[in-house]
Amino acid sequence: MIIAVASGKGGTGKTTVSAALASIWKRPVLAVDMDVEEPNLHLFLKPESVRSEAAYLEVPVLDKALCKLCGACAELCQFKAISLMGAHLLIFPDMCHGCGGCMRICPEGALQKGQRELGVVEAGITSEGIPCLTGRLRIGEAMSPPLMGKVRQRMQAMAEQDFRDIIIDAPPGVSCPAMTAVQDADVILLVTEPTPFGLHDLRLAWQAFHPLGKPMGVVINRAGVGDDQVQAFCREKGLPLLTEIPFRRDIAEHYAHGGILTQLDAGMKATFEDLAQRLERMACEGQGVSHA
Amino acid sequence: MTTTPIHTIAITSEGPTLADPVDSRFGRAGGFVIVDLTSMATTYVDNGSSQVLAQGAGIQAAENLVKAGAQVLLTGHVGPKAWTALQATGVKVVQGVENMTVGEAVTKFKAGEFTFSDAPSH
Repeated sequence: MIIAVASGKGGTGKTTVSAALASIWKRPVLAVDMDVEEPNLHLFLKPESVRSEAAYLEVPVLDKALCKLCGACAELCQFKAISLMGAHLLIFPDMCHGCGGCMRICPEGALQKGQRELGVVEAGITSEGIPCLTGRLRIGEAMSPPLMGKVRQRMQAMAEQDFRDIIIDAPPGVSCPAMTAVQDADVILLVTEPTPFGLHDLRLAWQAFHPLGKPMGVVINRAGVGDDQVQAFCREKGLPLLTEIPFRRDIAEHYAHGGILTQLDAGMKATFEDLAQRLERMACEGQGVSHA
Repeated sequence: MTTTPIHTIAITSEGPTLADPVDSRFGRAGGFVIVDLTSMATTYVDNGSSQVLAQGAGIQAAENLVKAGAQVLLTGHVGPKAWTALQATGVKVVQGVENMTVGEAVTKFKAGEFTFSDAPSH
């Protein structure tokens, strides 16, 4: 079972919720931070013996001696990573999305496999035995989905090995990185706050993720501030409101010290145990629907 | 090194005529007014195909420009990738051309008031 914790708005508490869920998950679980631009799940879960491995994207390299300037590769590339300028074929490796189409279409075999460093994939394990996985985007790298793809490959291999459930801490937003992060999820958990800003971005998230046809639920963080418009939106869209995390000073202080919410008090632990059970039920029901 | 005489120049433009303002952007310029310096005849190349690209607008614009046969480009700013593309085909570039009409830019160029750039601007 894969749970993706997402949101439109940044700073709503995705990482707080992801860490809390991972800490009380009943079955073996893998915690994955897919926010490779600014990973921070490790600040809460504190994995040890972290191993870091460089990740690369396959990009074309031109063998000028073989190229006959037919332009098939430049025409195929949708990202202007290859351009035929008069009698010159130019390659812009940082524009490449790594589809490999140019290398396949070249009739002369003039495009060979080269590499662009995307960043690193990091794996470690917490003192409680929860394996943690993330990516860290190279500074200057413009695209995060290719590195997220490498994290995803590793995630699938690690989870299959011992049938682990997976909790994915997704990046904020509703564009390619967010969509990439939630694509494997059985349930998408949207974290928001009860403010006009939270509602605005929750609506965007719902619009972006709804067409995927996956079960979705909402957690309201900082409940007690703002208004009741988020609740009204959830009712209107039939989005189950799974839990509320109150706006309390002791919670904020615990968070500010890097603490996991479930370790604050028995009430918080029970709140997240209940949330975990609801998510499991949603995942099972979701599968029932798709198999029907 | 032989120097080809310059007869065709391109100016990034917000519209199709000499009276239109220079568009200071290159990759996402509205279009290019192509001027034949001998006859002073103008043609217009629409750059809308580049404007809509999520990435690579400068490269696409350079392709459009080269297809139109321009030897010189007068514009505001050229980015590094478009610069590389233009350099490959030997198009000379004048940057910092803005706040004037296309016609004024052509007059200044013919009067020798511009100097060619040797690096992209951003």
